[in-house]
Amino acid sequence: MTATAEPEVGKARLRKEDARLITGQTKWTDNIQLTGMLHMAVLRSPVAHARIRDIDCSRATTMPGVAVVLTGEDFAAEQGSLPCAWPITEDMKAPPAPALAVDQVNFAGEAVALVIADSAYRAADALAAIDVDYDELPVVLDLEEALRDNDLVHPDLGTNKSATWIYDSAEAGSGTNVEDEIASAEVVIERTFRQQRLIPAFMEPRSVVVDPSADMFTIWSATQIPHILRWMLAAVTGIAEHKIRVIAPDVGGGFGGKLQVTPEELLCLLVARRMGRPVKWTETRTESMLSAHHGRDQIQKVTLSARRDGTVTGLKVELLADMGAYLRLVTPGIPILGAFMFNAIYKFAAYRFVCTNVFTNKVPTDAYRGAGRPEATFAIERMMDELAVELGMDPMKIREMNWIKHEEFPFNTVAGLTYDSGNYEAATARAMELFDYESMREEQQRRRSSGDPVQLGIGISTYTEMCGLAPSRVLGALRYAAGGWETASIRMLPTGKVEVITGTSPHGQGHETVWSQIVADRLGVPFEDVEVLHGDTASSHKGMDSYGSRSLAVGGTALVHAADKVLAKARTLAAHMMECDEADVEFASGSFSVRGTSTVRTLGDVVLAAHVAHDLPEGMEPGMDADATFDPDNFSFPHGTHLCAAEVDTQTGMVKIRLYVAVDDVGTVVNPLIVDGQVHGGLAQGIAQALFEEAVHDEMGTLTTATLADYLVPSAADLPGFITARTSTPATSNPLGAKGVGEAGTIASTPAVVNAVLDAVRHMGVRDIEMPCSPERVWNALQGRAADASAPAAGGLGSIDAQGGQS
Amino acid sequence: MIPAEFKYLFPSSVDEAVRMLAEEGEDAKIIAGGQSLVPVLRMRLAAPTALIDIGGLTELTGVRDDGDSLLIGAMTTHYEVQRDHLIQDHALLLRLVTDTVADPQVRHRGTFGGSLCHADPAGDLLAPALALDAVMIIAGPGGRREVPAAEFFVDYFETALRPDEILIDVRVPKYTGWGAHYEKLNRVAQAWSIVAVAAAVQVSGGKIAAARVGLTNVGSGPVRAADVESALIGQPASAEAISAAALKASSGDGYKDNLARVLTDRALMAAVAG
Repeated sequence: MTATAEPEVGKARLRKEDARLITGQTKWTDNIQLTGMLHMAVLRSPVAHARIRDIDCSRATTMPGVAVVLTGEDFAAEQGSLPCAWPITEDMKAPPAPALAVDQVNFAGEAVALVIADSAYRAADALAAIDVDYDELPVVLDLEEALRDNDLVHPDLGTNKSATWIYDSAEAGSGTNVEDEIASAEVVIERTFRQQRLIPAFMEPRSVVVDPSADMFTIWSATQIPHILRWMLAAVTGIAEHKIRVIAPDVGGGFGGKLQVTPEELLCLLVARRMGRPVKWTETRTESMLSAHHGRDQIQKVTLSARRDGTVTGLKVELLADMGAYLRLVTPGIPILGAFMFNAIYKFAAYRFVCTNVFTNKVPTDAYRGAGRPEATFAIERMMDELAVELGMDPMKIREMNWIKHEEFPFNTVAGLTYDSGNYEAATARAMELFDYESMREEQQRRRSSGDPVQLGIGISTYTEMCGLAPSRVLGALRYAAGGWETASIRMLPTGKVEVITGTSPHGQGHETVWSQIVADRLGVPFEDVEVLHGDTASSHKGMDSYGSRSLAVGGTALVHAADKVLAKARTLAAHMMECDEADVEFASGSFSVRGTSTVRTLGDVVLAAHVAHDLPEGMEPGMDADATFDPDNFSFPHGTHLCAAEVDTQTGMVKIRLYVAVDDVGTVVNPLIVDGQVHGGLAQGIAQALFEEAVHDEMGTLTTATLADYLVPSAADLPGFITARTSTPATSNPLGAKGVGEAGTIASTPAVVNAVLDAVRHMGVRDIEMPCSPERVWNALQGRAADASAPAAGGLGSIDAQGGQS
Repeated sequence: MIPAEFKYLFPSSVDEAVRMLAEEGEDAKIIAGGQSLVPVLRMRLAAPTALIDIGGLTELTGVRDDGDSLLIGAMTTHYEVQRDHLIQDHALLLRLVTDTVADPQVRHRGTFGGSLCHADPAGDLLAPALALDAVMIIAGPGGRREVPAAEFFVDYFETALRPDEILIDVRVPKYTGWGAHYEKLNRVAQAWSIVAVAAAVQVSGGKIAAARVGLTNVGSGPVRAADVESALIGQPASAEAISAAALKASSGDGYKDNLARVLTDRALMAAVAG
């Protein structure tokens, strides 16, 4: 690699995008104002399951400023069905998914009518004047009850079961038969875990603006996936794809929650087409919580077999996954992404995974940070602790004797993947040292002996995950409708400045900074001389967008390849300019020279020469631009060891994290500051699942945690200082050696925290505590009482509206 | 979200505010700091026809010394309460409780009187107001009247304030030299407490001379732990005596009953130490 004097890769650069984001100088979708723009407000069903008998819009239509009130019937002929791009099995059952309900609502929060008015205020006012007559149907909420098919979410399907997806190591040839292992095992452990439903709760609410003027539909959306959105909107509406331009301006977070083709995006487009005027919709926080897709929500039945010496042999996973009421963009595939991760870093001889996807009358689920992998990691890391307890062994020792040793890479797993690199020993050794594991165990013993009301627990999570989504051929084998490649372009401007176009779509990650660092090193140009363009299908005509910790490992690699193409052409031209053989041209720090001479041409000289094109080698095109598209051969596999010390107040049930050590191996790090930020944010979200967050429904299917007063997203005040460190075994699947870091913290931390909580109170007779481990649940467990599913309210705004998850 | 349409009025005196309230009728509402009312409006859980903003009534802000008691203006912000020397010296419990209210932004906008009138049983200021025998001074069409805290808090979000009345001042007796503590259990910093206990204790010669204990969020309003208070009088300021008295905070076996006892114990221990 060529480099500037001080390499950019590895430098903790402050993020170049932060000034405009933090000071509000940027343009969010909701800031966009267009002449003649109309505003859309959405009436949402207050009931979870009902036939719509009648919608009376007559009063609303006459309200001040109202242009039109529209219902599902108005769109029935043109709205089609929202896309699901991941039909996981050939016989998967998928109901039609109208953007605007026509004759039936299937979850509370589903859109039933639209008010289009000259201001957002007047549109909101008129919502209250729409009268909907609902004929209520039985509500299906519980996964196991849903499987009995007594009441059906979609009667036309004849069942609540959408699909069953199976991976079996004996059938796949990646291992032995799990039933044989279980039958012959010395130890069999069976546990059932509940992955509660979570709400992504991105900071910027969703917002859409559609401008139908100029013979073109220009769509601004707070989305993670402008390219996929354009493709899907064209497919659903029949509008020619080249007549749709999608722009994701600066987007304030997503966490998978904006990896979606939403009803509102489609409806704004249809309304703008119908009215011939620009239309804007921006959601409220409660609307977001009631209608944007949720995450997790699984019941995991896990059976692990082992020998008495602690060697694991077989792993059987039976999942029930809650789809909610509809299959959104990748809903059915989310639990399947977890299928490859339950075996984690351990050498199981046999593995079987069976997932049943189930419909309920709840908000559809879909991607949420980690998407299938946190659920899998939680289950296996909890099981390793259970095995340690069963055998009376130290939980770290039992992991160590079962994990893949560093000299065994590349390693073909029982789930059919090939882990290219890793060093679990190194990450664990570093984490144990930073944590001071032995003295923490000693303190734990002291507190137990003295009967301290505050008990100490130690939780371990030695995780891995799969990133760099994804090799297109693998996606094809999994019946995913798109590829997993990524693209980048470099435009060398005549003044030597550089424009980078990426097909990834950052929404808070810091791609502008990191992409600039990569190009600065590669081309020897100053960091400040690079501008990164993204999120506009007019400037970046193709891309697969950002999710699944893929942007650097896949999109960054495309960028490296594009830079190499620029350099290759520049080298040819430099040789021509310096009248030497190309083999004698050297490139360093942004300049070409002839080996053994003082003849030099800077990259800027060469770019200008290419641009003016006065004297180019025979057959060379003018200009110095390059495109590259990269399709990875393999996933990348970040891993690490997280250790959590939790104090449990046995009198109140309150859990306090005293120490959290995260040692992650994410391969080569381009920007340590950004990596730390990703780890911190990821830890916050993973800890939130362990201790705080839960989407709660009442028996009618009403979401009772529909405000941020009820749905407890932790803030900095609720989290400990994190000790983060890294080991580095570069990925071999890309030239950067990067593995991805967007989801690692979330995937790793949830089991570390829950294992710590249980470790603190297990000697008091507690076997399990459901997530989130609220003080009341912990206390009830200590009293030997079953977990109380209904969380009582704690007053405030929350208690006026609903009974949420406050206690 | 967007509130329903309302008329906005900005009186320049208490009398004018009272007059406006009478003129606008029952569907008018006083807005103080707005930290509870604005969310309610935005979610359209309430749709008053008129809002009478008493934010301009500077006569309602600040803390005055009134001999044996303090007079706290209803529009005094939480931030001002936190930094007031009279409060620090004579009603330390109020400062300690106020320190835990919501977050800095809310404490700069939210008001002492507004919190009491909102009467959320999870609100932090109700229990200390009750425990400290605060008296509400209320202005209405018929003049002024005084209502003790024990009669002021009626039910969930309901007070003895009539629709045509405004809380203008709160009289709090002086507790000079008393130890105090607020023990609050909430799941995240910005959440309401599951249960909290406000305690003030006067210790003299190693014995507890007097105690005040109020419980947050264990009922439809603040609860005075009178049995705990009386059990403490004359007892040594010891862990044993305090733990024994704290058991009287609640007799039930539910989670909140347990918290009432545990947190009362902790609040009293800290108050005695402080």
